[in-house]
Amino acid sequence: MKVIIQRDSTVKEIKGSHTVEKVLKMLNIIPETVVVVKGGSLVTLDTKIEEDEEIEIIHVVSGG
Amino acid sequence: MRCIKCGQRACFEIRRHRAAFCQEHLIEHLRNQVEKTIKKFKMFSPKDKILAAVSGGKDSLALWDILLDLGYCTEGLYIHLGISSYSDKSHEMAEKFALSRGVPLYTVSLKEIFGEGMEYIARKTSKSFCSACGLIKRYIMNITAKLGGFDAIATGHNLDDETAALLGNVLRWQIGYLARQSPNMPERGGLARKVKPLCRLTEREMAAYCIVKGIDYILDECPMSRGATSLKYKETLNLLESSSPGTKDQFYLSFLERGQRYFKPVEEEVELKDCVKCDQPTTVEMCSFCRQMERAGFDSLALKKSLKELLSTKGNSFII
Ligand SMILES: [Zn+2]
Ligand SMILES: [Zn+2]
Repeated sequence: MKVIIQRDSTVKEIKGSHTVEKVLKMLNIIPETVVVVKGGSLVTLDTKIEEDEEIEIIHVVSGG
Repeated sequence: MRCIKCGQRACFEIRRHRAAFCQEHLIEHLRNQVEKTIKKFKMFSPKDKILAAVSGGKDSLALWDILLDLGYCTEGLYIHLGISSYSDKSHEMAEKFALSRGVPLYTVSLKEIFGEGMEYIARKTSKSFCSACGLIKRYIMNITAKLGGFDAIATGHNLDDETAALLGNVLRWQIGYLARQSPNMPERGGLARKVKPLCRLTEREMAAYCIVKGIDYILDECPMSRGATSLKYKETLNLLESSSPGTKDQFYLSFLERGQRYFKPVEEEVELKDCVKCDQPTTVEMCSFCRQMERAGFDSLALKKSLKELLSTKGNSFII
């Protein structure tokens, strides 16, 4: 699957289908610090993402 | 995962509430939380006129949107600091939102008033950039609220901001700050009431709110705030929250309910008087804003003059 990390505008390719929770774990991202979007809509951590799908990870922590 | 309200497929989970919601019920839940917070902390009533301090980021735009949806008469203030392209971009987001809702947005631009932006002004003072900037923003918010007849200034500070500040104050045992930290700072001698209606909601929830509502917000960070200590506190708290959901809620709300009473202000509250130059509240002869502007070689009164003109136009979103 294609994972777009919006904060540093990088794209990661991950093999197989996994839940959002698993993807975040693989990328070492704390779930509390992001929201995940698929096809323009938010998805929950237990959502399974298929190999041919694409998700975007948006970081939400701001400074100040 | 299913929405706890309607059983449809959920789009977002809130682990500390052991809940998940569909889009419609997520919006409803967040709106209710804000309404409850406003009532619990007696922030303001439906008769009041509210000034939302907006930065173009997710929190302040979500705040403004929710207050409008709840029926509160809320107008916006954007302070254009003239920080590279960041200020222009974030201003655009605030303008776009104001136009889409047909509500007034007052834009106070440092460059338009003084010919120079925050970077120049900060260089001319002994303070750090962020404290010089904070001082100017607080002054502009207050004087706008006063001149515009607003009953309260609402800022987008969320649970993450408040717990990060609390952790910082505890780590350094800042007794004075601990005694004062509050989501509702009442009016006092020329200082307008300041409230934080999002103090029980997380940044993650505010980002989700904006995405579901289709509110465009600036994703970039202020280029001057990079490496802020508050980010480290937020990260630590998020790690704790991930392993035990509810940590942030408990830390903050229990502090307000049970912990804060043990902290007494270190010094007596100093009597506020009028600044000899601008009439705004200060503890000394001339307020720190006027002194800072003087050091930068500007006439601080220029701000008050342009503000009066701006407030009489009902916001520049309507001029464009
Ligand atoms: Zn629902
Ligand atoms: Zn002054």
